[in-house]
Amino acid sequence: MSTPFYVSPQQAMADRAEYARKGIARGRSLVVLQYADGIVFVGENPSRALHKFSEIYDRIGFAAAGKYNEYENLRIGGVRYADMRGYTYDRADVTARGLANVYAQTLGTIFSSAAEKPYEVELVVAEVGETADGDQIYRLPHDGSIVDEHGSVAVGGNAEQISSYLDQRHQDGMSLAEALKLAVQALSRDTNGTEREIPAERLEVAVLDRTRPQKRKFKRIVGRQLGRLLEADGASTEAESAVEEE
Amino acid sequence: MEANTRSTGRLPAAFLTPGSSSFVDFLSDYQPDLLPGNRKLPQVQGAIEAPHGTTIVAVTFPGGVVLAGDRRATMGNVIAQRDIEKVFPADEYSAVGIAGTAGLAVEMVKLFQLELEHFEKVEGAQLSLEGKANRLSTMIRSNLGMAMQGLAVVPLFAGFDVDRDKGRIFSYDVTGGRSEEHGYAATGSGSLFARGAMKKLYHRDLSEADATTLVIQALYDAADDDSATGGPDVARRIYPIVTVITEDGFRRLTDEESAGIARSILERRLEQPDGPRAELL
Repeated sequence: MSTPFYVSPQQAMADRAEYARKGIARGRSLVVLQYADGIVFVGENPSRALHKFSEIYDRIGFAAAGKYNEYENLRIGGVRYADMRGYTYDRADVTARGLANVYAQTLGTIFSSAAEKPYEVELVVAEVGETADGDQIYRLPHDGSIVDEHGSVAVGGNAEQISSYLDQRHQDGMSLAEALKLAVQALSRDTNGTEREIPAERLEVAVLDRTRPQKRKFKRIVGRQLGRLLEADGASTEAESAVEEE
Repeated sequence: MEANTRSTGRLPAAFLTPGSSSFVDFLSDYQPDLLPGNRKLPQVQGAIEAPHGTTIVAVTFPGGVVLAGDRRATMGNVIAQRDIEKVFPADEYSAVGIAGTAGLAVEMVKLFQLELEHFEKVEGAQLSLEGKANRLSTMIRSNLGMAMQGLAVVPLFAGFDVDRDKGRIFSYDVTGGRSEEHGYAATGSGSLFARGAMKKLYHRDLSEADATTLVIQALYDAADDDSATGGPDVARRIYPIVTVITEDGFRRLTDEESAGIARSILERRLEQPDGPRAELL
């Protein structure tokens, strides 16, 4: 029988973090931005069927970068958690803060448990408020920590660079078209600084729109609607009223 | 989190286990006691007195379907509530109207709405209209024990079938038996009278406005002959709830719209109390 090598706890954790980060970095990045009427999710996703963004509850959306089967599991867990809570209490008692907490506990336990491999995912949980001040965005890295974000957030491979690009340019009260444009510009910058074109059909876009009359505020923006928003110039009230019509 | 979160506060394993897209199935694995059908029933003699909802009617028209209900709940010979709401949106393209024990029915609708929403969120697509109708069937069946003690729930389900591009109506019996109705349908204590009225007034090419008028006429006739069905209450401004489901989705008529139709019917009935006459031959 061979004696196992001694590995210091610091080293073990660093190795696990390194493993998770590498997994996450393999996927494409995505960004979540606040705009005047809510929160917009933008990512590059060649698939029409496997979504990176989805609805969790009335005002809560979910975004994930990393390994599909792992974040899909967490997403379904979140939907079950939210629906269960809304069923036992009331719809108003389902909050992004509660959900983010449960996700953080889940990721944290898995990350530090020797029996499980760390999840290679980074999540964003966002809740749209009645006003922009009430919007909440939480970023949940692989190790179970929670970061309370404002304005804009990026997760995935090239996240740091994209974040700093967004931080410099994002403003409160941007229109949807402006926010979308900024997001696409940020995503189309490669690590080495060169820019490439991301065609509209490779973009996945969704919004949590507080002006929607329905109680469920999550909506995907696809097809012509997306095209119109991307073409719209700066102050694009026209394109936005077109979104409301559909 | 719910009861058994264990010490770490992480999502319990049941939440992260891939499986059914049905919330009811999930609940029956995870906390079966929360499901309405799984409660232990005490043995009682005779029926329990609880508020009952009464009449629901539905009519299809080219392009959609109308589902409407009166506003009365009764408990024996007492009017338990004058302004109860018995017609609910089930999701974007369907609605459910309930007759029978009000408390259980409202709970059933709440679970049904959640079931459809949960499926939609997990799968990223809506259930087919038949699929939704079948889910409701299962829920009614799970209430059979209660129904045998006199606490039955008998809903009417109507929706716009996006695949077939038309409005459809499904009616149920207490055992969960489901049948598709063509043209028009009614359920609840006043349903016999309402159905008689609709039989004489219905035709294939109703407009949306005709259909909304027709359901209120039918409810008026039901209230005329059935003491448990409430007619339009002009003094208290309580009018039937009328919902329309078309390709554009679910829409509930505003109180003003519903009041407008009810008032014009009332006006006519002052001269002709039995309502419009059909041809004799």
